[in-house]
Amino acid sequence: MPATLPDPAGPRVGLFVTCLVDAIRPGIGFAALQLLEEAGCRVEVPQTQTCCGQPALNSGDDRDAAALARQTIAAFEHCDHVVLPSGSCAGTMVHAYPELLADDPDWAARARTMAAKTHEITSFLVDVMGYRPEGRRLDATATYHDSCAGLRELGIAAQPRALLAEIDGLQMRPLEGNDVCCGFGGTFCVKYPRISDAITTDKALAIERTGAELLLAGDLGCLMNMAGKLHRRGAATRCFHTIEVLAGRADGPAIGEEG
Amino acid sequence: MDAPQLAFKERAAAALADGALKIAIDRTTGNAERKRAAAVAAFPEFEAARARGKAIKDHVIAHLDHYLEMFERNATAAGAQVHWAADDAEARAIVTRICLDARAKLVTRSKSMLGEEIGLPHALADAGIERVETDLAEHIIQLAGERPSHIVWPAMHRTREQVAQLFKVGHVPPPAAEDPATMVQSARRELRAKFLGADIGISGANFLVADTGATCTVTNEGNAELTTTPPRVHIVTAGIEKLVPSTAHAFALLRLLVRSATGGEMTQYTTFHHGPRREGDADGPEEMHIVLVDNGRTRMLGDEFRAMLRCIRCGACMNHCVVYRQIGGHAYGGTYPGPMGAVLTPVLDGLAQSRDLAHACTMNGRCAEVCPVGIPLPTLLRAWRTRSWRERLEPGSLRVGLGLWAMVARRPRLYRLASRIGVRALRLMGRRGWVRSLPLAKGWTAYRDMPRPAGRTFMEQYRAEQAGRRAPE
Repeated sequence: MPATLPDPAGPRVGLFVTCLVDAIRPGIGFAALQLLEEAGCRVEVPQTQTCCGQPALNSGDDRDAAALARQTIAAFEHCDHVVLPSGSCAGTMVHAYPELLADDPDWAARARTMAAKTHEITSFLVDVMGYRPEGRRLDATATYHDSCAGLRELGIAAQPRALLAEIDGLQMRPLEGNDVCCGFGGTFCVKYPRISDAITTDKALAIERTGAELLLAGDLGCLMNMAGKLHRRGAATRCFHTIEVLAGRADGPAIGEEG
Repeated sequence: MDAPQLAFKERAAAALADGALKIAIDRTTGNAERKRAAAVAAFPEFEAARARGKAIKDHVIAHLDHYLEMFERNATAAGAQVHWAADDAEARAIVTRICLDARAKLVTRSKSMLGEEIGLPHALADAGIERVETDLAEHIIQLAGERPSHIVWPAMHRTREQVAQLFKVGHVPPPAAEDPATMVQSARRELRAKFLGADIGISGANFLVADTGATCTVTNEGNAELTTTPPRVHIVTAGIEKLVPSTAHAFALLRLLVRSATGGEMTQYTTFHHGPRREGDADGPEEMHIVLVDNGRTRMLGDEFRAMLRCIRCGACMNHCVVYRQIGGHAYGGTYPGPMGAVLTPVLDGLAQSRDLAHACTMNGRCAEVCPVGIPLPTLLRAWRTRSWRERLEPGSLRVGLGLWAMVARRPRLYRLASRIGVRALRLMGRRGWVRSLPLAKGWTAYRDMPRPAGRTFMEQYRAEQAGRRAPE
């Protein structure tokens, strides 16, 4: 890992690691730290962060979702920017927090302020920091799945592709139905496992048809779903979060591999 | 309704096990998706048209009383009789009474989802009136004894091979061959006598034009015209959200409706029905009745589902829905399937009957992306989830589990501890990178493997690293 020193004049960025990255694949969090520092940010990881609240939000439990929204805002609002390696969690903060807290006089404005400075990491790197990775090489073929929340709630499509285009040796292959849901849907995949499986199987087939060695995406939930299905099917596709490739960490074990 | 209904999950499982259904859905929705995309690409002002369409619908919804009265006044002046139905039972009673008053034996009907919504087919059968569906797809499902599975292509769950079988049994004589052209000819021959012999024709309406009092139908088969013109009586059943201020507004919405539904620019037939036959007219019915149906719509005016009243019933949301494309329309269990149906069915049938529908959605947002009148379907589905939680319709195990999780997630230090223990436990359950079976998440591991966690959480590693930075050795 390059020993970049944080730029003392750089923006103060709070990294929301996300609960899945924290538990399942910490390397994505370290890739985020590294890229943000390379981009010239002073990164901090507030220790009172837990989960953005989506499991409650998606189950209709607005009270608990609002409680987690308040907790997250309190943990991060002192930062210049809040950055997440997930379009889904970022979308929750950008869109759901202001709605959940709209009628709370103490929190409505804070939620809106927080929403305005919250970013998914690839869009933050490109749109806010003007960052491009330099001197990174990965000799591989890869295909990219657009995770739905990032794509439709935050308009993330060009940024990860622009960043990936800077990786020497990486050949991107188009994925048929790249903007179609992978069947994860958070709690959906365990509440309606058969329907989810049918959707995920179609997605796995499309990924396998590309013949690409790597599958890249920007959300660990979707990646775990697709990687888990591809593995169960016996496919050889290796799955990484986009920023693991950008940070030069795709020479290590892919999702589900042990190094 | 019909026999006791299976639970949603059972209906969905049956649909998923039906290989022919998947082929049929993929053919129709795949085509629809491609054609819509081409139509939108060839229509640069689509976004502007969508904004206008949304504004037209919002305006009418905000002034519904005004336009309803204007429509009634103008339709009455044109010679039609306007009836008001507060709910499905009233609507059925009104239509049945008109049929009985006219001593009708045979009724032709052109496709109308509102008719399905109010249970008209059953009501006519109960009244001893023969009903003939004249839309080709409706003809197919009438032969099959089924209900529509799509709001634009009611028989889309049937492959053409299955349709050939239905026609072989249902048509006298059976079609000479199984190619689409021969089968369509056979259906035309079957229906022709019915068109000319019907006492009453019943249609729906795509638009109710307030400033003229006309009702508008759009079809590609011309069956609506043959349903509404030859019989003595024409009955229109329409939801009150179909109102538009003027003909020009109807056309503004038609540009969106047809492109979103079939990818065409116009349907083959766009007909404005303006009162019964007048003196000197060559044809047309002696009586025209318009039944305006509320059935939950005015209640939606005042709640979080108001935006749903914009819906122009194009079907794009279901064509682009990953769940609909796997399970088809019947699994939804209501009159309307797909995302729009998942919003409307709890309004019509009650949330307790249909709470699954809002949850059987991945919230991927594609439906809202293609909706020609900008209905925020995922937001509305989430509103049903919130109601379902508040009304304690969610399973007790989920409430307890989520409550425990939230209790921990609201205590960061406890959460750190729980995560550390959790990832170690999960790690113990797997080997060589993957967990193949999880007792508490069987829904996951029944179909896919779970990546085995690294063993130490990000926070553990990060804090160790920070401690190292602070106190270098």
